[in-house]
Amino acid sequence: MLRDITLGQYYPAESLLHKLDPRVKIICTFIYMISVFLVRDPAGYAVAGAFLVSMIVLSRVPFKFMVRGLKGIMFILLFTAVFNVFFTPGEVLFSFWKLKVTREGLRVGIRMVIRLMFLVIGSSIMTLTTTPNRLTVGLEKVFKPLERFKLPVHEVAMMMSIALGFIPILVSELDRIMKAQSARGVNFESKRLTERVKSMIPLLIPLFVSAFRRAGELATAMEARCYHGGEGRTRMKPLHYKKRDILAYIVVLLYLGAVIAVGILV
Amino acid sequence: MSLIEANRVSYEYIRRDKDGAVEGFNRAVDEVDLKIVQGEFVAIIGANGSGKSTLARHFNALLYPAEGTLYVDGYDTADDEHLWDIRKTAGMVFQNPDNQIIGTVVEEDVAFGPENIGVKSREIWERVANSLKSVGMYEFRKHSPARLSGGQKQRIAIAGVLAMHPKCIILDEATAMLDPKGRREVMESVHALNKEENITVILITHYMDEVVGADRVYVMDKGRVVMQGTPDKVFARADELKGFGLTVPGVTLLADELRKRGVNLPAGIVTAEGLVDEICRSLRII
Repeated sequence: MLRDITLGQYYPAESLLHKLDPRVKIICTFIYMISVFLVRDPAGYAVAGAFLVSMIVLSRVPFKFMVRGLKGIMFILLFTAVFNVFFTPGEVLFSFWKLKVTREGLRVGIRMVIRLMFLVIGSSIMTLTTTPNRLTVGLEKVFKPLERFKLPVHEVAMMMSIALGFIPILVSELDRIMKAQSARGVNFESKRLTERVKSMIPLLIPLFVSAFRRAGELATAMEARCYHGGEGRTRMKPLHYKKRDILAYIVVLLYLGAVIAVGILV
Repeated sequence: MSLIEANRVSYEYIRRDKDGAVEGFNRAVDEVDLKIVQGEFVAIIGANGSGKSTLARHFNALLYPAEGTLYVDGYDTADDEHLWDIRKTAGMVFQNPDNQIIGTVVEEDVAFGPENIGVKSREIWERVANSLKSVGMYEFRKHSPARLSGGQKQRIAIAGVLAMHPKCIILDEATAMLDPKGRREVMESVHALNKEENITVILITHYMDEVVGADRVYVMDKGRVVMQGTPDKVFARADELKGFGLTVPGVTLLADELRKRGVNLPAGIVTAEGLVDEICRSLRII
């Protein structure tokens, strides 16, 4: 069961979106998110939806992987819908018991649900088409200017990429500890919740101890290999904008323009 | 000029009681003198707690001597100004293969060192390719290190050190966690680097079989260097070694037992080939 854990949800495929510079994808996703909050009318939603669908097609990621992200927020979606539909004051369409469904409520509810779905699918496209490592490199570059305000951008990015690398190691370690503790009689399969929670303790403590030991050794090894922060550091695979990246920016800006234009005209 | 020169180097660990108050000092390295020249293959052996790993960590300035001086390639390791020059000159490979891999792809991990010292990206590519070729791991460059065997991971770690163009590689019990096959792979790579690229190798180990191929051996006990010399000279003193908690290689042991039963063999046989030669010689005399 532990083998199933994957972080980041990269879907390997050969597509234009996969090849784009991670910075482009981060910034464009951000622009898309803003655009989703700008739209107010059905025409705007149609434009945003059309853009999203064309990106899904371009990404060559099966649609069910896109929707998988929605499962996690199913509860939030329902919650938003129910609250907006029942508790927005306005013209009553029909009512039962103490609940009233209003025209405005229905409109706001549907709008919010669509908005959330667009946001989640939009950001899924980014994480599905970018390896976690490229994503980290991209994030470091995008947030580089913040270093002027003493924010440790390089350090955070380095931590993220190391953490990603250590996930498989820690998972196999957890597996080993679990077997070792089962051999000593710890019952991980108990039906009672309290028992289950208690059985986590002999798992987590050794795991934490070993994680700290590993962290210490890794820090020493990094120092031995001349690591001294981001200053004066070069990259084996530096990010360079290519023609297609510039094109992507233009396309997204055109889309943003279209959303704004539709908002004004309609 | 020697590459590494230690003059009466000592290092102390602070011993604390459970409340954190200082109880006393443990002398982990005690007035060690040594000289290692470029291109040598030197082994440092000793039982657990003999101070061999602590000493090794001085060679690339992870630790500084409390007393005495240590020069690496002419730089004083206590001098912070040349810290990165020293670490570039004397690269280190550690015991646990998992805890020294930084990249999520083999080639990116090898690139970590050169990236840190500010090598231009085109040159990094060259260095990464060449170092991976020298340890025979070039075809794995796009793989994830997580899926490699222990021996392969250690060879990646060696490549990572090589990519910084060091003069010296220190292996701090780098084979201790490997299976026999992995140990053989790593030792073959290290010997090849020593012979073909004239890289100085300092091998910290407690596997006597690995010591056999070295030019010189230092034996440590309780922080002191208690013996030094060529492997055959050192292994000829099997009884003394036993006193330091060490054993001699199987071949030497066999030769000693044969001698005790009256076979005419000299002391200090360290390789199987050497033993065969000596037995043939003694038979011809008889």
